[in-house]
Amino acid sequence: MTVEAVAQELTEVIKRHDADYIEARLEESQTSHIAYRGRELESIGRATAVGGNVRALVRGGWGFVSFNNLDALPGRVELAVKQAKFAGSEASKLAPAEPVVDIVSAEVSKNPVTIPLETKKQMLDEYNEIIWRTPEIQTSIIGYGDSSKKTVFLSSSGSYIVQERTDIILRLAAVATRDGDVQQVGLSVGSRGDFNLIQGLHQQVAQMSRHAVELLSAPQAKGGEYTVVLDPVLAGVFVHEAFGHLSESDFVYENDRVRQLMTLGKQFGSEQLNIVDAATVPGLRGSYKYDDEGMPATKTYLIREGKLVGRLHSRETAAKMKEKPTGNARAINYRYPPIVRMTNTYIEPGSVSFADMISDIKEGIYAKNWYGGTTSMEMFTFSAGEAYMIRNGKIAEALRPVVLTGNVFTTLKNIDAIGNDLEMNQGGGCGKGEQVPLPVSNGSPHIRIRHCLVGGR
Amino acid sequence: MENILAQAAKVAEEAEVFAVASEETQAQFEANRLKYLQTKQQTSVALRIVRQGKIGYATTTELDDRQNLVNNAVETAQFGMQAKFQLPAPSSYPQVKIFDSKMESVSTEEMIKLGEELITAVTGHTQGIICEAEVAKGVISVRIMNSRGGQAQYRKSFFSLGIEGNLVSGTDMLFVGESESSCRPLSESRAVAEVVLQQLELAKNRASVPSRSLPVIFTPHGVASALIMPLMTAFNGKTVLEGASPIGNRLGQLVFDQKLWLWDDPTIVYRPSSRPCDDEGIPSQRTPLVEGGTVTNFLYDLQTAALAHTRSTSNGGRSHGGLPAPTPSAFIIAPGKATFAEMVQDIKEGLVIEQLMGAGQGNILGGDFSGNVLLGYKVESGKIVGRVKDSMVSGNVYQVLKEIMALGSESKWVGSFLQTPHIYCPSLSVASKG
Repeated sequence: MTVEAVAQELTEVIKRHDADYIEARLEESQTSHIAYRGRELESIGRATAVGGNVRALVRGGWGFVSFNNLDALPGRVELAVKQAKFAGSEASKLAPAEPVVDIVSAEVSKNPVTIPLETKKQMLDEYNEIIWRTPEIQTSIIGYGDSSKKTVFLSSSGSYIVQERTDIILRLAAVATRDGDVQQVGLSVGSRGDFNLIQGLHQQVAQMSRHAVELLSAPQAKGGEYTVVLDPVLAGVFVHEAFGHLSESDFVYENDRVRQLMTLGKQFGSEQLNIVDAATVPGLRGSYKYDDEGMPATKTYLIREGKLVGRLHSRETAAKMKEKPTGNARAINYRYPPIVRMTNTYIEPGSVSFADMISDIKEGIYAKNWYGGTTSMEMFTFSAGEAYMIRNGKIAEALRPVVLTGNVFTTLKNIDAIGNDLEMNQGGGCGKGEQVPLPVSNGSPHIRIRHCLVGGR
Repeated sequence: MENILAQAAKVAEEAEVFAVASEETQAQFEANRLKYLQTKQQTSVALRIVRQGKIGYATTTELDDRQNLVNNAVETAQFGMQAKFQLPAPSSYPQVKIFDSKMESVSTEEMIKLGEELITAVTGHTQGIICEAEVAKGVISVRIMNSRGGQAQYRKSFFSLGIEGNLVSGTDMLFVGESESSCRPLSESRAVAEVVLQQLELAKNRASVPSRSLPVIFTPHGVASALIMPLMTAFNGKTVLEGASPIGNRLGQLVFDQKLWLWDDPTIVYRPSSRPCDDEGIPSQRTPLVEGGTVTNFLYDLQTAALAHTRSTSNGGRSHGGLPAPTPSAFIIAPGKATFAEMVQDIKEGLVIEQLMGAGQGNILGGDFSGNVLLGYKVESGKIVGRVKDSMVSGNVYQVLKEIMALGSESKWVGSFLQTPHIYCPSLSVASKG
């Protein structure tokens, strides 16, 4: 039975139950992956999956049942309602939602999963060959994955939404060694299913490989405070980690002290600073028409002219904070309930050129590219894949990868220049709780941060 | 399963079917109260074949769709790696106790009660703290069959409880937390709560550290957050085979401090990381990795072992639903002789690190790490004086573990992947703000 046929049956079942709200999500997906470790192809495979969940709300408590056996669904609905009754102890609050009936097909003309494995492998072979051609490269790591997913969402308030989406992620790394010292540089790219966008990266792969070798003779940064300039990729990770997660209101809505800290109107940065999260930008990895609660996507200003003006909501957090829903409830797959997540998060471009940004820095660090990032809300760290000293207004010697850290409440205020060159990075994935990696994109122009703490020797 | 195997055997020289079924119940608490009850059922089947000498692989959640699964495996085998291994013939497996039939009778009420006890203990200690907690139980069944007649199956039960508290004052945020897991139902929340209360006590006052090299004590959580990922990568037979492990060519050599003993052990009773066999059906074994500072073994699955001309160490794991790859079960570091109090007393000025945020983002292969002290304490003249913030600690795992001042006398589980004592290091680089 197709998931749509199952969904049709479920619409009748959920009407019969006594709950404040019930929704169900059914999914079917196909994926393929190819991985290289070194010259040899390590793993190649295809997977198909079908599954679903039912979520019920009773007196403020949630029940959630996930499954990939589509038989006996009435019993699963019953269990979700029973659990919700067990957990509930107050009035249910959900922001109102207009019932939506819609079918959204995938935007790409060609489903990437159906592209022959041979074509994908040939492209990866070319990239791998470039890495291996570089002297002093010890090994390579390549991971390619694509997916095509159809989700049917239905709710007791009458919504019935079918959405299809495709996704591609490609990660490459070159590992260089010399005398027991190991250095690696990576490149991450992705797309919303458009295979063309990950082709033709030969030059970038060559540059990545050369840089891994260069790092073997690069010094480690001396730890301490620096004026730091971030490239668009790293600044995108920075805005995601340093501020994006704090704007997810599931962290805010039931914590009075955090609510105080995050009062709308509060000044977080200079007047030049504007931060946006927008699932409505077409064609990015974080884009969609409806979130996993069936709410329409929005463009939300989080910071405007330096002031906190908005945050990201699920229906529940919006209702409890008496704010407008933003359509940011997302689940990584049917195994999990939707939680408040980012989509495409970026700093809007300003007017400063890169040359002007570094021209008056006597000693600083230019940090580029992306290894990773994480946050504890107040504190964040993020690591650069490439770093260079800035000396007397000029990019100087290469450094080993650096980890930068800061406190969101001071660091955003320390951004004193915002570039004119916004770029979106599609190579990331976001983790929250167990739900990782969720497709998102981050972006920014070049930015300059004063007094940024850098780890090192 | 037999049908899939039979169908695959028609088109391949060798075939193996790996099936997992699990059912899990979770009680989740948010903002100090019960928020979610969840039940998750999942089944999946993975088919690995060797066809014309090459490995093919496919997975599905649809057990009826045999033909599609076999077709997908055959398609991928055209491009697959040359199979260098033989699937295991029938063998006997060690008795590893990992199932407790009492798990089924643990009621949702009991799980909720445990979570509520935990939260009451923590909120009763510190006013204004907001806690998230989770109590979970479940059962997982694993079955492996291959075309050489090899067969294994086991059932594992698991139970976990954990709490994370967040205390906000002004713009300052303090995060504390602890968890515990077992294959048997846990009926006590006190031990977990006490760890959290101690963290809250030690973090009450604030202290600052200078930017220079300082002695550091890593708590078991600290070891997990800063030191263990690079080691797990370095002892992975695949990293070694590629020549990317810094210790790959140092088998039999003294690489670490002589006080260090480290092994991988999937046979410890009632541990969620234990099992009678790995995901390829190879009987579980304890594998010594470092003995008295000397590197003694690396971890292998079948294919990597064959390529390296050695034997599988029963570390074939399918952690991401993909082909088996060398995967640690649980790393165990042997305890030493010093109590935590003795280590602290020994320090004139230094740090205790519970949580180093971002340490796993650096050059893992080379062993470099650098992270923000998310939870850590300052030591002055032999006493913990308060919580340290706005500081970064950087080092290299191989340098840190080459000169260990002392290992703690008590070991502790961190999650299900590490059991370790405190580790006391003479000197690490600290960069501090302001």
